[in-house]
Formats: sequence, structure tokens, C-alpha cells
Amino acid sequence: MRAAVIVFPGSNCDADAALAWEQVTGGTAERIWHETSDLAGAEAIILPGGFAYGDYLRCGALCRFSPAMRAVVAAAGRGLPVLGICNGFQILCEAGLLPGALGRNRSLSFRCETVRVRVENAATAWTGACREGEVLELPIAHGEGCYWLPEEELDALRARGGVAFRYCDAAGRADPGANPNGSVDNIAGICNAQGNVVGLMPHPERAAEALLGGTDGAAILRSALRLARAGAMARG
Amino acid sequence: MPAFLAAIEVHLKPGALDPQGQAVGQGLRSLGHDGVTDVRVGKHLRVRLEAADLASARAEVERMCRELLANPVMESFAFDVAAAPRA
Repeated sequence: MRAAVIVFPGSNCDADAALAWEQVTGGTAERIWHETSDLAGAEAIILPGGFAYGDYLRCGALCRFSPAMRAVVAAAGRGLPVLGICNGFQILCEAGLLPGALGRNRSLSFRCETVRVRVENAATAWTGACREGEVLELPIAHGEGCYWLPEEELDALRARGGVAFRYCDAAGRADPGANPNGSVDNIAGICNAQGNVVGLMPHPERAAEALLGGTDGAAILRSALRLARAGAMARG
Repeated sequence: MPAFLAAIEVHLKPGALDPQGQAVGQGLRSLGHDGVTDVRVGKHLRVRLEAADLASARAEVERMCRELLANPVMESFAFDVAAAPRA
């Protein structure tokens, strides 16, 4: 299965994302420079972590003008699985593919550590290989991961199963103490209404190889593969 | 076309948490400014643009703010537009 990893000036987790995709799914990952709208027939799209456009103006704010991003928006509309990791999540929110916004961590510190997240919705394109309630250990590395949405929109998000992951403790409780950045309702990742676009702050591609400390992220990447096998897929 | 200068301020909405503002406030108080009760940190942008007239310039700056300069989820904006001083 072929994935496109979009590379913006300042993206820095694209190589890891491409490698993890290939290792976990056995498919191919093509790194696509942001200036082209040709996604090379991709069946899945990953927006990797980093500091696209130097985080100028706001994290991810300037990415939506890139030709690649216009192609991503179109592909998302056709139902292609799109995964936004960290900066990728910020980009998806700024592009309007996901609701809400990511702001400065409440502690003001850049948090670089392993956290636990609970899978809240196992029916998205990127959680199909997970179990609802499953606790995953994933690394985070961000200074602006505080997810925020106005109260009334938050209720609507929760009601439609839009929360994909919540920060939790070892027992799977969404405890405020387990929240590394102050995100509302401990939200670590969300999905769109269709379930094909998912954004999360933690890095599954950094937890896809035992040698590097954990493999809990592999299931997230493998989920898109499961979708392809089920035949419910469009092409990029 | 005549030139205009827009002075734009972008701030976090009143309901949004501003940890940066809080930290700056703590800094000010630790310097002895005990009366400081609140600090909000925002952004200031200056945009020079050509437009047919002041009204058009104002309308365009408003669109710029809504479309890019402020994130409507978390930020509010305010601006002043005036004829640009001759270079």
C-alpha cells in the first residue's frame, strides 16, 4: 500500500514517518515536496511532525497555501485516510480538515517524554487495528499541543465520536495529571465526521520499532492497511 | 492606487488560556510591580497595501484577518487603517 508523506519546508519527521510506514505495513512511502499537487497515486496520506514554515504566524498556518495541501484537502474529501502527526495535526486544524486549534502548552514547557493515550474511537481509518479502551505508550515532543475547542463545539465533537485519543494514566483513566499540555478534556487526538482524517499530537512513527523503545504506534499505521484490505478505499 | 497602512492586533479570545501572559505577569510581579493583575500577549502586524479608497482598504484588511492573520477558533483581532505616509 502506498502512502504519501507531505514534506513542507521545516518538516523534520518525514523520514521517520516514511520508514515506519514501510516497516509496519510492508508498503511504500513516497515523500512529496509541498510544491507539487501530484500525490503519486497515494492510498494514504501522512502529514508529519516538525516546524513547517518555521511555525510562522501560527503552527501550521501557512501550509494550506501549498499545492500539496490543496491536493490533500481534495483527497480527504474523497475519503482517503489522512493522518496528521504533531505539526501535521496543527496543519489539519489550520486547513479546516479538523475542528479546533492547538495552542501553547499550559506549562509553557516543551514536553518531550513518553505519554499514555487511550483509544476512544476504534472505528476511524487510523484506529481500526486498535481496541476501544486500549492504552498506548507513545512519545510526544511539542511546545504547542494544547488542544482547544469552544464548549458547544466540544459537546458536538464528543457526541459524534470525534475524540480519537485521550491522555490517560497507566490504568486508562483520563486523569488531569496525565495531561502533558492542558488540552481540553485530555484530548490527544481527534477525527473528522467521516473518520478518515485523524490528527494526534503523539508520534506513532517513533513507537513502531522495538529497538527504539516501543511498538504501540504500529497499530495506528497498520489501521490504514486494514482499511485497504477491507476494500473501502479511494485513491490519491 | 493610493497606499494605506494597517496596524493590526491579534489577541487570544478572552476565554482562551494565555499561559504566556500569565508567565509574563508573574515576571512583572516578581520585579515588584505588585499591582499587575493580568497580562495578555498578542501579536502586532503592519500591512501596507494599495487600494482604491479607505473603505476598500478596511474591507480587505478585515478579510485578511478573518482568512489568515487570526485563527477564529482562539483569536480575536482589531485594526486601524490610515493613508500611508508618503515614503
